[in-house]
Amino acid sequence: MALIDLANPTRFLRLVQRVLPWLIAATVVLFVIGLYQSVNAPDDYQQGATVKIMYLHVPSAWLGMMGWALMSAAALGTLVWRHPLADVAGKAAAPIGAAFTFICLVTGSLWGRPTWGTYWVWDARLTSMLVLLLLYLGVMALYWTAEDPGRGSRAAAVLTLVGALNLPIIKFSVDWWNTLHQTESIFRMGGPTIAPSILWPLVVMTLAFTCLFVTLHLMAMRNEILRRRVRTMQLMQAQALAEASA
Amino acid sequence: MMNFAAQSGFIIAAYAVTAFVVAMLIAWVVLDHTSLRRVLGDLEEQGVTRRARRGE
Repeated sequence: MALIDLANPTRFLRLVQRVLPWLIAATVVLFVIGLYQSVNAPDDYQQGATVKIMYLHVPSAWLGMMGWALMSAAALGTLVWRHPLADVAGKAAAPIGAAFTFICLVTGSLWGRPTWGTYWVWDARLTSMLVLLLLYLGVMALYWTAEDPGRGSRAAAVLTLVGALNLPIIKFSVDWWNTLHQTESIFRMGGPTIAPSILWPLVVMTLAFTCLFVTLHLMAMRNEILRRRVRTMQLMQAQALAEASA
Repeated sequence: MMNFAAQSGFIIAAYAVTAFVVAMLIAWVVLDHTSLRRVLGDLEEQGVTRRARRGE
């Protein structure tokens, strides 16, 4: 099947129907392995057992940013190529990305209290992540409150592309400014600075959360396609009733 | 190094919040799907069909 064939919502729904059971199974298996490894991973020599919060915090931070990157690609598809599924993909990703950004902020706060001595500090990394959550909420408001769905989608796509400027700010905030948040310790020149016994559970948990994100995103896209069908059919029904009574 | 008793509350709270939010996300997509399927079924029962399906 060519990629362009997926532009047809009916074909896309058939593909989702086929891949969903495999994705759900992969998500469950990866979470079982990841959680087992996380429980049995050694404590950090400085942070003690609180390092176990990292197995939730880092994957959710990655997914919060990945969600926005995915929405940015979808926004380009909506504004430039008018791809039929691009708008569906962007709208479906917003609440999921927002949820993972929220998890990142809450788990980061719960990790910060015992290690830094505070739940929150207005440093560049934490603030830019909070800005990302507010951007997600703004895009969701545009999608869900616009009277004309087409205009709402275009406005949300523009805000998404503008908000994409925040992604490099989040990524490099710990290098550009003096922050309480630690600098990059995984994706860095010279390799990760984390011991393999702590790194591997993190890798598996990140894969598990990513599989969960993809599964939820495909399910939410399927729902959005059905919602648009319901809307079309309700409009047709209303039109038919109006013609009959005229 | 900090002791586990002092840290366990933060660790349990982090896992509990994550589990709750993920459970809400799953419930949202599953319940939304069920509700949309029901509405689509009701509309089709009333004889409303999409243009795309009329040609099938």
